[in-house]
Amino acid sequence: MPQIAQLAATYSSQIFWLLLTFGLLFFVVGLGMVPKIQSTVDSRNAKIADDLARAKAAFARADEIEEDYRARENASRAAAQALVAEAKAKAAKDSEKQVATADKKIAARIAEAEEAIKASSARALAELEAVSAEAAQDMVAKISGGEISREAALQAVKVALAHG
Amino acid sequence: MHQFAIEPLFGTSNLSLGGYNIAFTNSALWMVVAAVALWIFVAGGMKRSLIPGRWQMAVEFFTGFIEKLLTDNVGAGGKKYVPYVFTLFMFILMGNILGLLPLGLVGVHPFTFTSHFTVTGALAVLSFSIVLIVGFWKHGLHFFSLFVPHGTPLPMIPVIFPIEVVSFMVRPFSLGLRLFVAMTAGHVLLKVLAGFVINSTNAGLGYGALVGIPSFTLMVGISALELLVAVIQAYVFALLTSVYINDAENLH
Repeated sequence: MPQIAQLAATYSSQIFWLLLTFGLLFFVVGLGMVPKIQSTVDSRNAKIADDLARAKAAFARADEIEEDYRARENASRAAAQALVAEAKAKAAKDSEKQVATADKKIAARIAEAEEAIKASSARALAELEAVSAEAAQDMVAKISGGEISREAALQAVKVALAHG
Repeated sequence: MHQFAIEPLFGTSNLSLGGYNIAFTNSALWMVVAAVALWIFVAGGMKRSLIPGRWQMAVEFFTGFIEKLLTDNVGAGGKKYVPYVFTLFMFILMGNILGLLPLGLVGVHPFTFTSHFTVTGALAVLSFSIVLIVGFWKHGLHFFSLFVPHGTPLPMIPVIFPIEVVSFMVRPFSLGLRLFVAMTAGHVLLKVLAGFVINSTNAGLGYGALVGIPSFTLMVGISALELLVAVIQAYVFALLTSVYINDAENLH
């Protein structure tokens, strides 16, 4: 077995070259390159975690915005409905008022017209009396030749008119 | 057994440092190959882009795997050992797998340096000394309480303490031996079966068909198994290292 047979002759060169190659590897690869590779992996993992956290936050914000938008939409819809209802109520009140004033005006004009009719019929009656009294005076003068006073004729016409 | 033999290359057999021979051997060559392969592999994943490509994904998979291993076994304090355990795991993995490659087909002799106890033992001692240094650095002499499990009755302590010390001191040996044995056994098994194929065919076509074909079929399966073992043994080495580091970091 050369491992044992050559032990005494070769151990020093074996150990020397082992320490040389292994030592070089340790300093160049182990200490020089491995930490950089580890830091690359670590920074990548950190970036992935960071990106995930940011995506989650963005999701939450989007939800929040949507909820906000919904709430605002509901509020504006309610406001619009309130506005419409108010406008309707106001319009109804206005038209009622207008109708009321128009009614009043019409009633006033009717009353006025009735008054005018009454007055003109009274005037016509008075004129009729005057004309009848004159006619009665004339008739008495023609038939009897006598003359009656205007007051007496008027009295007689009134009585005759009242009796119909 | 020739596949485990160490040969100096490029005429460096007498190269020495402070009286010790440091010849550049085939073992050292494959350590360099493994190191370069690992460097290329990790450097290919250094684009550091936000959306990783396939190569970057592969490298990040391995660093993430080691990081998870350490955080699972040691806790948050285990992260500072990622460079060491990553290098250890990947270096052993590269050595194991490179030694299994069928490069003999193109005339290159692959050499599995993790099948040498000198190498696995040195790596185990390295891990063990890190455990010792961290343990005494963090806990001082309190680190010895590791050898007295919680709730041990007072009269039992003189008995338990030496047992725990021995089991603790055996760790580097078991750690190094396990990898060395697994790799050696796998390669020997493949070699023995390959020998069956060659020798039975040499003995005649009938023997070749009778013994060689089942042996070859078995070799295919065992090669797949060996690839699995190569990964598992590297994982076990890294896992046990992190378990021992946990002892040093957190005591019990």
